[in-house]
Amino acid sequence: MTEQQRIHPHKFTLWVAMGSIVMMFAGLTSAYIVKKNQSSWLEFELPTVFWYSTFVILLSSVTIHLAGKSFKTREMGRYRNLITITAALGVLFMILQVLGFQNLEARNIALTGAKSNSAASFLLVITGLHMLHVLGGVIAILVIFIRAYAGRVKQYSSMPIELVSTYWHFVDILWIYLFIFYNWIG
Amino acid sequence: MSNEAVFQAPAAAGTHHDVHGDHHGEHHHHETFITKYVFSQDHKMIAKQFLITGMVWAVLGGLMSVLFRLQLGYPDASFPWLQDLLGKWWADGGKITPQAYYALVTTHGTVLVFFVLTAGLSGTFANFLIPLQVGARDMASPFMNMLSYWFFFAASVIMLSSIFVENGPFSGGWTAYPPLSALGDASPGSKTGMDLWLVSMALFVVSSLLGGLNYIATVLNMRTKGMSMTRLPLTIWALFFTAVLGVLSFPVLFSGFILLIFDRNFGTSFYLSDIFVNGVGALPNEGGSAILYQHLFWFLGHPEVYIILLPAMGMVSEILSVNSRKPIFGYMAMIGSLFAIAILAFLVWAHHMFVTGLNPFLGSIFVLLTLLIAVPSAIKVFNWITTLWRGNIRFTPGMLFAIGFVSLFISGGLTGIWLGNSALDIHLHDTYFVIAHFHIVMGVASMFGMFAGIYHWFPKMYGRYLNNNLGYIHFWITIAGAYMIFWPMHYEGLAGMPRRYYDYSVWESFKQFAELNRFISTVAMIVFAVQILFLINFFYSIFKGRKVTTQNPWGANTLEWTTPIRPGHGNWVGEIPEVYRWAYDYGKDGKEFIPQTKPIGDDESHH
Repeated sequence: MTEQQRIHPHKFTLWVAMGSIVMMFAGLTSAYIVKKNQSSWLEFELPTVFWYSTFVILLSSVTIHLAGKSFKTREMGRYRNLITITAALGVLFMILQVLGFQNLEARNIALTGAKSNSAASFLLVITGLHMLHVLGGVIAILVIFIRAYAGRVKQYSSMPIELVSTYWHFVDILWIYLFIFYNWIG
Repeated sequence: MSNEAVFQAPAAAGTHHDVHGDHHGEHHHHETFITKYVFSQDHKMIAKQFLITGMVWAVLGGLMSVLFRLQLGYPDASFPWLQDLLGKWWADGGKITPQAYYALVTTHGTVLVFFVLTAGLSGTFANFLIPLQVGARDMASPFMNMLSYWFFFAASVIMLSSIFVENGPFSGGWTAYPPLSALGDASPGSKTGMDLWLVSMALFVVSSLLGGLNYIATVLNMRTKGMSMTRLPLTIWALFFTAVLGVLSFPVLFSGFILLIFDRNFGTSFYLSDIFVNGVGALPNEGGSAILYQHLFWFLGHPEVYIILLPAMGMVSEILSVNSRKPIFGYMAMIGSLFAIAILAFLVWAHHMFVTGLNPFLGSIFVLLTLLIAVPSAIKVFNWITTLWRGNIRFTPGMLFAIGFVSLFISGGLTGIWLGNSALDIHLHDTYFVIAHFHIVMGVASMFGMFAGIYHWFPKMYGRYLNNNLGYIHFWITIAGAYMIFWPMHYEGLAGMPRRYYDYSVWESFKQFAELNRFISTVAMIVFAVQILFLINFFYSIFKGRKVTTQNPWGANTLEWTTPIRPGHGNWVGEIPEVYRWAYDYGKDGKEFIPQTKPIGDDESHH
C-alpha cells in the first residue's frame, strides 16, 4: 500500500464523527416521525425564511470550495477573502434560522412552554442542534483564519482547510436533508 | 512504514501533536509532572487514568450495593452507626431510608454500567492495547484522547457531587424514564440530582464519542507494516466493534437526553401527557409519549450491553489462547460472530419493551432477532472451549478469570434465551430473574473480563507482577460469591418477586425469601471485601510487586511484548517492528510460540 492511498487519520476521524452526527439526527427525525403518527400533532407552514437560509448555506459551500482551491494555488489573499465570506454566510444562516423561529412565535405557534406542541418543539430542537453544528464550523473557520495570519511558521499543509471544508459541506447537506424532511417527508 | 510517515511528516499533517511525533521513539522526553501524570497524551498513561478512575467508581458503586443489600437482607434491623456515618437523609435511625434506597439503586446502576464497565473497561483497554497491539506510537489523535479522559473526569465529578446535594441524587432508576425523570416535582431525586445526572451523562457521551472516534481511526489507519486486518489479535477486533457500536448508538441516547432536557426545563411535551402530580395538580403538557424515550434510550441501551461485553470477549479470547499455548479456535468465526453481534445489537432494542403495549406482531419480530444472538454467542463459547480443549493450560490468575468469564457467559446467556421470548418475558419482566440474568451475563462476566485483562497486562502496565496467591483468593471467592448472589435470584424472580421494591417482608408472597435475601446480602458483603483485597494487591504491586525481568513474561505473540519492559511515550525504541503472521502461532511446528514479528521461514507449514 503506498502512502497516497492511505487516508489521513484526522480526515478519517472526521468521517466517522460525521457518521456519528448523522446517527443523532437520524434518532431525532425518527422520533419526529413516531410522534407525528400519534395524536395531537400540529400541522403548520414552515417559515418562508428557511428557503433563504437554504440558499445561503448552499452558497457558502461554493465559497469554501473555492477557498480550498485558492489555498492550493497559493492565492492567499483570495483564500482569506473567501473563508471570511464563508464564515459570514454561516453567521447569516444562523440569523435567518432565528428569524424563522421568531416568525413561528409571531404566528402563535409556541416552540417551548406549556402551550407548545411537540411538532414545533421538534423543529426548534432539531434546527437548533443543526445551528450549533454550523456554529462549530464557523469557529473552525475562525481558527484556520487566525492561523493563516498569525502563524510564525507558514502553513503549507492544505489538511486544515480540507477538514473544515469537508465538515462544512456535511452541515450543508445535513440541512438540505432536514429541509426536505420538514417539507416533504416528516 | 505508514505510521512513521504519518508521524514524521509535519508538512502533511500540520497539527501540533504530529509535529511532536518527531521526537518519539528513542529520543528523550522532557516531561513535567503535569504533562506526564495529569494532562498526559500518552495512551498508556490515559489508560491507567481510566482504570484508576474506574476503580474508584467500582468501589463507590459496590459500596452502594452493599448498603441497599443491607436493607434487603435485614429489613427490620437498624444500624445506628450508619446514621453517624452517612447522616439522617441516608440512614435515619440507622435504617436506609426509602429515598436513599432508590437513590442507591439508581446510582449503582448508572455508575456500574457507564463509569465502570464502559469507561473503566473499554476506556482502559482500548487505550492501552490498541496502539500497542496494532504497532502504533500512539492514538490517531492523542489530544482528543486526553480530552476523552477529562470529559469522563468532569462527568465523574458532577455525578459524585449529585450524591451530596440536598435532595439526594437521581432516584428514578438508571434508565431515567420520564415522567419521573422529567418532572422535578415527581420525587426529591428528580430535582437537582436529576439535573446533575443529565449534565454528567451528557459529558460522558462526549467522552465516549471522542474515545470511540480515536479507537476506530487508530485501528483502521495506524497499523504497522504487515499488520493486515486479518492478522489483528481478537482483542483489537473486539475493541474496534465496541467503538463502532458506541459511535453509532451514543448519539441517539444524546438526542433522547436533549428532548428530556427540553421537557424538564423548557416546558415542552415530547414525553409528557395527561399527568397529575400529587401536591401540584394536573400538568398542562399534552400529546407527549413516554414510550418515545424508551425507544431512544434502548436504541443505545441494548448496544451498550455489547459495548460492555465485547472488550471482555476480546481479551478473554487472547488470554485463553496465550495460556492454553494453542491457537485460538476459529479465528475468522470469532471475527464473524463479533460482527454478527454488533449488527444484531442494533436490531433488538424493543425486547426491553415487551410490556409497553408493543404490537405483538412487532414483538415477535424482536423475539426472533433477539434469539438470533444466541447463534454468534454459541459460536464464541464453542470456540473458547475448543481453544481450551487439550491445551497445555497455565492457570495464571488472568487465565482463571478468563475461564470464569466463559462460565458466567454461558450461565447468564442461557437465561437470555428465556427472557428473549416475549411470552416468558411478560411474566418475568422487572423481576429478580432479569436482575440475575443481566448481572451474570453482563455485569459480573464483564467484570471478570476486566480482571482477566488487569492480571494479564499488569506486567506491561507497571513492569511488575500482581501477587498470585492474592489473585487466586480473589478469583475463587469472587466466582463462588457471584453464583451464590445471583443464582438464587432466579428463583425469586420466577416466583414473581419484582425488582426495586424497598421492603419485601411486608408482602405475604415474598416472606418465604427472607432468609434467602439475608444469605445473598451476606455473600455480597464478603465478595465486596475480597474486591478490597484485590485493590490492595493492585496498589501495593504497582510499587512493590515482583519486578518483570523479561520482555515477554507470558510467551505471547502479540506486539506489546516486543516493547521495552517499561515502554516510554512512543512505545518502541527505534523503528516499529514489522508483522509477518497472525497473532496465534502457538505450538506450531514444534515451537511453543512464534511472535508476530518473526518472518515466515522456508520450511514452515501453512496454517
